[in-house]
Amino acid sequence: MEWANQLCENRQFGSKMTDSKYFTTTKKGEIFELKAELNSDKKEKKKEAVKKVIASMTVGKDVSALFPDVVNCMQTDNLELKKLVYLYLMNYAKSQPDMAIMAVNTFVKDCEDANPLIRALAVRTMGCIRVDKITEYLCEPLRKCLKDEDPYVRKTAAVCVAKLHDINAQLVEDQGFLDTLKDLISDSNPMVVANAVAALSEIAESHPNSNLLDLNPQSINKLLTALNECTEWGQIFILDCLANYTPRDDRESQSICERVTPRLSHANSAVVLSAVKVLMKFMEMLPKDLDYYSTLLKKLAPPLVTLLSAEPELQYVALRNINLIVQKRPEILKHEMKVFFVKYNDPIYVKLEKLDIMIRLASQANIAQVLAELKEYATEVDVDFVRKAVRAIGRCAIKVEQSAERCVSTLLDLIQTKVNYVVQEAIVVIKDIFRKYPNKYESVIATLCENLDSLDEPEARAAMIWIVGEYAERIDNADELLESFLEGFHDESTQVQLQLLTAIVKLFLKKPTETQELVQQVLSLATQDSDNPDLRDRGYIYWRLLSTDPVAAKEVVLAEKPLISEETDLIEPTLLEELICHIGTLASVYHKPPSAFVEGSRGVMHKRLPARTGSGESTESPDVGTAAGGSAPEAAPSIIPSQGDLLGDLLNLDMAPPTTSGPPPPTTGMQMGGMDLLGGGLDSLLGGDIGGSPAMGAGFGAAPAVMPASLNAPVGGGLGDLFDLGGVGMPMGAYIPPKIVWLPAMKAKGLEISGTFARRAGVIQMELILTNKAMSVMTDFAIQFNRNSFGLAPAGPLQVLTPLGPNQTIEVSLPLSTVGPVMKMDPLNNLQVAVKNNIDVFYFSCQYPISMLFVEDGKMERQVFLATWKDIPNDNESQFQIKDCHLNSDAASSKLQGSNIFTIAKRTVEGQDMLYMSIKLSNGIWVLAELRVQAGNSNYTMTTIRRSGSSQKMLTFFTCAACTLTSLCCCMDLMLSQYNT
Amino acid sequence: MIGGLFIYNHKGEVLISRVYRDDIGRNAVDAFRVNVIHARQQVRSPVTNIARTSFFHVKRSNIWLAAVTKQNVNAAMVFEFLYKMCDVMTAYFGKISEENIKNNFVLIYELLDEILDFGYPQNSETGALKTFITQTGIKSQSKEEQSQITSQVTGQIGWRREGIKYRRNELFLDVLESVNLLMSPQGQVLSAHVSGRVVMKSYLSGMPECKFGMNDKIVIDKQGKGGEGATGQSIAIDDCTFHQCVRLSKFDAERSISFIPPDGECELMRYRTTKDIILPFRVIPLVREVGRTKLEVKVVIKSNFKPSLLAQKIEVRIPTPLNTSGVQVICMKGKAKYKASENAIVWKIKRMAGMKESQISAEIELLPTNDKKKWARPPISMNFEVPFAPSGLKVRYLKVFEPKLNYSDHDVIKWVRYIGRSGIYETRC
Repeated sequence: MEWANQLCENRQFGSKMTDSKYFTTTKKGEIFELKAELNSDKKEKKKEAVKKVIASMTVGKDVSALFPDVVNCMQTDNLELKKLVYLYLMNYAKSQPDMAIMAVNTFVKDCEDANPLIRALAVRTMGCIRVDKITEYLCEPLRKCLKDEDPYVRKTAAVCVAKLHDINAQLVEDQGFLDTLKDLISDSNPMVVANAVAALSEIAESHPNSNLLDLNPQSINKLLTALNECTEWGQIFILDCLANYTPRDDRESQSICERVTPRLSHANSAVVLSAVKVLMKFMEMLPKDLDYYSTLLKKLAPPLVTLLSAEPELQYVALRNINLIVQKRPEILKHEMKVFFVKYNDPIYVKLEKLDIMIRLASQANIAQVLAELKEYATEVDVDFVRKAVRAIGRCAIKVEQSAERCVSTLLDLIQTKVNYVVQEAIVVIKDIFRKYPNKYESVIATLCENLDSLDEPEARAAMIWIVGEYAERIDNADELLESFLEGFHDESTQVQLQLLTAIVKLFLKKPTETQELVQQVLSLATQDSDNPDLRDRGYIYWRLLSTDPVAAKEVVLAEKPLISEETDLIEPTLLEELICHIGTLASVYHKPPSAFVEGSRGVMHKRLPARTGSGESTESPDVGTAAGGSAPEAAPSIIPSQGDLLGDLLNLDMAPPTTSGPPPPTTGMQMGGMDLLGGGLDSLLGGDIGGSPAMGAGFGAAPAVMPASLNAPVGGGLGDLFDLGGVGMPMGAYIPPKIVWLPAMKAKGLEISGTFARRAGVIQMELILTNKAMSVMTDFAIQFNRNSFGLAPAGPLQVLTPLGPNQTIEVSLPLSTVGPVMKMDPLNNLQVAVKNNIDVFYFSCQYPISMLFVEDGKMERQVFLATWKDIPNDNESQFQIKDCHLNSDAASSKLQGSNIFTIAKRTVEGQDMLYMSIKLSNGIWVLAELRVQAGNSNYTMTTIRRSGSSQKMLTFFTCAACTLTSLCCCMDLMLSQYNT
Repeated sequence: MIGGLFIYNHKGEVLISRVYRDDIGRNAVDAFRVNVIHARQQVRSPVTNIARTSFFHVKRSNIWLAAVTKQNVNAAMVFEFLYKMCDVMTAYFGKISEENIKNNFVLIYELLDEILDFGYPQNSETGALKTFITQTGIKSQSKEEQSQITSQVTGQIGWRREGIKYRRNELFLDVLESVNLLMSPQGQVLSAHVSGRVVMKSYLSGMPECKFGMNDKIVIDKQGKGGEGATGQSIAIDDCTFHQCVRLSKFDAERSISFIPPDGECELMRYRTTKDIILPFRVIPLVREVGRTKLEVKVVIKSNFKPSLLAQKIEVRIPTPLNTSGVQVICMKGKAKYKASENAIVWKIKRMAGMKESQISAEIELLPTNDKKKWARPPISMNFEVPFAPSGLKVRYLKVFEPKLNYSDHDVIKWVRYIGRSGIYETRC
């Protein structure tokens, strides 16, 4: 044994060099030996024994049997030994709670020690022992240590409060430690401040109800002062805490930014990133025409670039964050393309991230450089990297139109290399280029066809088949090519099978004479020999289409396809905003909200960027739109995201395995024709169950077999109803619940308050009636809200200008804003209000109708609605019955519109009117609803689904989705029935 | 915050395991070993999420350091901490190796207890730590000493203790630059930047207030307006970061660099420049494929600086294909050798003066292969050392004031040295 030799050598130098011997393998009876050594009289031997115990503990051996013997060694003057025993205690106290009590005395004694290092050590360790009985004894020493004269003890005690809170939150509150902790924010020592901030932030995070980190301009000022003086780590705690603050106006925001910018020159990358977070967040509030705003933008670029010269792991974190920053504010780094060029010896994770950012920054100005680089990368060794590089070339072509030609020729060059995975990747991206620029580059098809045999990946095969089908009329031997694929039809993946089916149908529609046999072959393969329901369904649709109406079939299958969007991989804006608030943290590395990977209550609170205030409210400055990452406003109308389009699905554009789709809502124009046609065909085929939505299936089942004739003409009928109503779709006033008494006079020393909520011209109003039932005059009214679910807050003071005399009544209307602090309430629409007058402060709570929060711009684009409906997972769906409502669908629709519930589309299926509606809440949550109205039945069925965040990943603003929905439906229920009576 | 910290050897055996948070169980230790260290495929990210637990890791030689958490922690901070942890360990016991870690495990636990409290990093300046975490066991400290320690650990100037005395006040400034270049085969600069460091070694008494000045364009321009003619050239610094002793707000406001330095060595500043870089060497490659079994390579290097200066330790690395069977090399200067194990021709020149030129030519015989994949032609890389700063940075002054002790700026002996080294200095061929 090498160690053994060393051990002998090292003996002479004393014990400190030979600690590795404790790791040597154990023999039987070792525990026994250790026990004896621990109880030895000799100090040195004792220490040796404890070291052995710790070493065994580290490797995962159970040495808990030695508990009493180790604890016996605790009372010693030797600090090193003491620390070792403490380490042991922290590990095993939980498993031996009764014996751990033995240690309490020593702890309490140590907390009184003259040496501050020992006091701190004791309080630090005690906090790590999660045994209730010990925790009880911790309170007194902790209280003392929080007020210790030595800053070292205080900073340790501050963290200890967080530890204690983790064990027993109630105890911390009862003992008033939180207040002491708050006081420490004003401590003279910057490190104490930093630790107190860290502890408070953590407690506040797991405790969203408390108003712990009560950040106000005074406390912010204290933090900013401490920022200049504390350690690098302390600066991070403070900056991360600052990022949670919302400045009151743009001036305050600017002054904080000015004091944070010096941190951008710190050597510690985490300090820099946290400072970037604060700046990115507060910048939102600055008017864009401000000089300072552009100065700040310029100041942000160099530190971000500097982060790329850090160690690779940090580079990775930085790059993931830069990826977000580039999406949010492309102007910051638009001139820094070169620094993202990949270096030969970068680790692969850095290379892949750089590539991503390069594509985001690609623009007409730098495309030549980027392409040259990408071509270089495509010859590297790492397969993943090469693939991504090839794909990137395709994305450049789609993004920068001027470069498309060059990109295509580069891709062709790459195909010539015949490197298998390069060829396949190139074909996949060329398919996208064809879709983006139809009828432009089809000359390359011949080259592509040469590589048909080498394709072995489903995605590439599917892409190639799509190309052959799409351009069948230009490829002489298209039928032969497709036939060759058909031979192994059942061995192909679903993606390829679906594509092949569609391609052959296309081919047939284009060249009907020669391919009849082929199409029959594929249809029978798909419908009769396949177990895959998607494939079968699609086969049947085509079959029916072709057999009933070939012209319609042509219109459907060969319809003009919607263009694909430039960037399909942009992060959804609300998620992006949230992630910007998490710069530097794990969330920004994963590109997922914390709730997606953090358990429990922590991190569930969603962060949002502050709203812009101030006078300089301008539209996006022109350079933003055209800048690299841009959202391409000019292309907006005709483009829908390529991933989520329902039509695409039916029209053969799916390159990914299809998901079972929800009920297809109606669409516009010719596409609508297609839909109806399909619907009609399907009904008889599938017994009416189109989408597999259970609600719908049930609806069909319940439908009466015979419909009155008039109801079968839905549009005409609907119109008639509209005219009957006289309103002709004019939005009516929003629903306003009647006023009720919120605060009876008995409870408020004679002040009675009743009221209601209304939404008038886009402003939420709280309408109050104040009645003085007391004998004295009331003056000095003021109102305040507790934090609530939707951030409702008074937008101005309570306008009671004249004193309220006895028996006088006054009506006040208080405008509300939705930018206040947010906290989840139960029930969701509960609002706690405090009203003050010269006599006292009174509290009451009331509930507001959720329809107050529906904003005027809640009308979703049809296309977006379509895509969104499909993308939202079923979990977000709920259903309700609205009873006894005698309105027809159009009347309901116009009434609901009065409350900003917008009907996007209407469809009639078997006498049932289906209204598709969208609602947008003031906090940006979208709710999509389907309202089913059945003539002659007074019950409505309502299916609502909710979307708040990204289309794929649900952002749950509140822990339970049902909450919103339930209260929403209650409210709609109420509204409708109110119109009824 | 950080929930636990583990150190493993290359086999995945735990050497150190310290758990700070209750949500991290013992199984986390194994999860990392199984999913990262023993992973069949190389792990492609320094952050791994296994069963809702996130692992951050860095590797030093064959030792793995892993930090574990279940919360949404500040990821940049965790990595900075892991690096810092490595620095602290190196400062205490030298190289981070399995042997050293095992030999010092008690010390490491003691350090971890001190610099990470409940997962929150605390003061981790070795200067301060060494005053009270010692390998020799605890010395009996007087009351004054104790309070001095605690005030230093928590104080505003945590990096320097009071009462330092030297007979000779002396300081050394090293401007160390690494120049990075990526050049196309046609000699076009694709990207070039200098990342530089100013390292200061100071042996000064008391609490000296220092002020550092360099030929920063912004400062010079400002002074130029005041009438004082700028001496020499100034450089545009893209960005710089400073040691925590530098007062950042002062730099931000007046761009002056003032600080109280830690005793001994510290990295005062890091900076990056991209404009007007003096590229000390140019590499002109010429690769010709003669048939399928032969390559002809000719590489010329040209030095581009004052003839009176000498570059040292020059090394040019010319990659060769994997199927190379033999190489003949002829070079005018220095020694060149084909190293089969590294797949490269390594050409070394001890010294080379400025404005000179040298050439190497090689014939590479290739084994015929049926490998379809083309040789990727890695770039030609170069290493060297030159006695000037390629960015053009000049130290203008470093003033020292110590009002309480009786020595003045003139009594301090100051040394300045410039070293320019190659970073990633590559020319594609």
